[in-house]
Amino acid sequence: MVKMLGKKKTLWNIARYFGILPFVIYSLFPFYWMLITSLKKNSELYSLASIPFWIQKGITLEHYVYLFEKSSFLTWFGNTLLVSILSTLISVSISILAAYALARLRFRGAELFGAGIFAVYLMPSTLLFLPLSKVISTLGLSDTIWSLVLTYPSFMIPFSTWMLMAYFRTIPREIEECAMIDGCTRIQAIVRVVLPVAIPGVVTATLFSFLLSWHEFIYALTFISSSLKKTLSVGVVAELVRGDVFFWGSLMAGALLASVPIVIVFIFLMDYYISGLTAGAIK
Amino acid sequence: MRFGREEKVAFLMIAPAILWLFFLVGYPFVLAIYLSLSDVIVGRPGSFAGFKNFIDLAQTKIFQTTLGNSFFFTFSAVILKLVLGMVLALLLNQRLFGHKFFRAAILLPWVVPTALSTLGWKWMFDPTYSVINWVFIKTGLSTTGIPWLAQPLWAKLSIIMVNTWRGVPFFAINILAGLKTIPRELYEAAEVDGAGPITKFRRITLPLLKPVLATVLLFSTVMTISDFNIVYVLTRGGPMDSTHLLATLAYQTGLASGFLGKGAAISLFLFPLLTLVVYFQLKIIRRKWEW
Repeated sequence: MVKMLGKKKTLWNIARYFGILPFVIYSLFPFYWMLITSLKKNSELYSLASIPFWIQKGITLEHYVYLFEKSSFLTWFGNTLLVSILSTLISVSISILAAYALARLRFRGAELFGAGIFAVYLMPSTLLFLPLSKVISTLGLSDTIWSLVLTYPSFMIPFSTWMLMAYFRTIPREIEECAMIDGCTRIQAIVRVVLPVAIPGVVTATLFSFLLSWHEFIYALTFISSSLKKTLSVGVVAELVRGDVFFWGSLMAGALLASVPIVIVFIFLMDYYISGLTAGAIK
Repeated sequence: MRFGREEKVAFLMIAPAILWLFFLVGYPFVLAIYLSLSDVIVGRPGSFAGFKNFIDLAQTKIFQTTLGNSFFFTFSAVILKLVLGMVLALLLNQRLFGHKFFRAAILLPWVVPTALSTLGWKWMFDPTYSVINWVFIKTGLSTTGIPWLAQPLWAKLSIIMVNTWRGVPFFAINILAGLKTIPRELYEAAEVDGAGPITKFRRITLPLLKPVLATVLLFSTVMTISDFNIVYVLTRGGPMDSTHLLATLAYQTGLASGFLGKGAAISLFLFPLLTLVVYFQLKIIRRKWEW
């Protein structure tokens, strides 16, 4: 009986592998395709005679060399990094304060503020990019990366506040009450007692804010016009197409290299993310 | 009205967030409404025009197509993502050799910036060198290949395919997290009573997943209908303006052509849907808090 159950289980597991396989191919093939495209010589890339699934005529790095020597890729990279770090720092600090107050303190209108922040969380940036472009030009920030540092927190704050609130709620009140009885002020209690316990939440919020800002496209496309001030996704999409011609080798090389940092960040922090989901941050 | 000490601290702590959001979300939103009611063009102050923009839009062919696209696109993509995400979550639910690899592989489309990964898809849909068409032609499934982005209907389907590709991980991972919270004992008890896998799924899994599913569905609906990146990179709304969504049409009208007022009016069509979703989401959350 036990043996039969074991056999059934093995069969079921094999069936599951076959079930997962199409998903993995759907998921990964585009990236594989981008990778081999970026390494193929143009003569092979634009030849209908060759088999497209692997590289037959040898690997070339010319598309990558082009990125570094003839395009502003490194500048875009620097811009993206600067904007992402600054806007993440701003958002997470502001969100820690707000989330703590909303989760812990009793004050009039707490529920209203909470609901308001949630409503903003769902407000898509595609609804606001036109009026925001006017606000940015009124502030004299058009075509500067500061326009992005200023506007990105507007979608990152609601998100991280919401996520951190869920975390703060899971921390027992008694911990900080003890700290305050022992003579800590509220701020000291937060910094020394609550934050260390909430580290997974803070890390998740930071990771996500960073991810959101690395991903952002429409604001960067709308507010910035000079080539040297662009961020990676806009730079690659808009500037690597010369005239109307798509140079697929360098386009794919750029798209992949621009994604590498965020993928690395994510791999290191995936477990935090998963535990964040299970802790009820998004439910 | 006197504020207690705790209230003062609370207001101080929440003030930066509220101010930031007030000036960069609240004010622009009011500005959007104001713009939509005026005939302002980039670089020239406009005057009040009432509902002219909305009436004009309702009579434009491109706008009607766009509105239709938005619903068709959102409905199909969300359903696809839900079904595929659910299947994937169920497949991944019990531990499997290599589950960490699968999890990472599945999440990748969601981690890579959409505008960039969509470029990869654009290349896969290339009229001459499409790798998908290469396979179709070699296997005899098609003689000339499919006009992926060149023909309106295929272009719409391509957009749905890419959006689904990007969105399945979000569904799968959230549903997976939801599955993990269902106590095993429930299934064991059901097995003792002789329930098969389908009964267990219908009577235990689905009802207990309802809050997660509702949240993910509502959230994804907003994100899908307001999508910009995929359409912008794949088709720019073409061929012949047949694949626009509200956001890309707003961009083309408001910025490329400079009709700011009309562009703002197009964006605002997202608002009624947004209000509905916020309302339902808040209802779900309240119920959770009361528990």
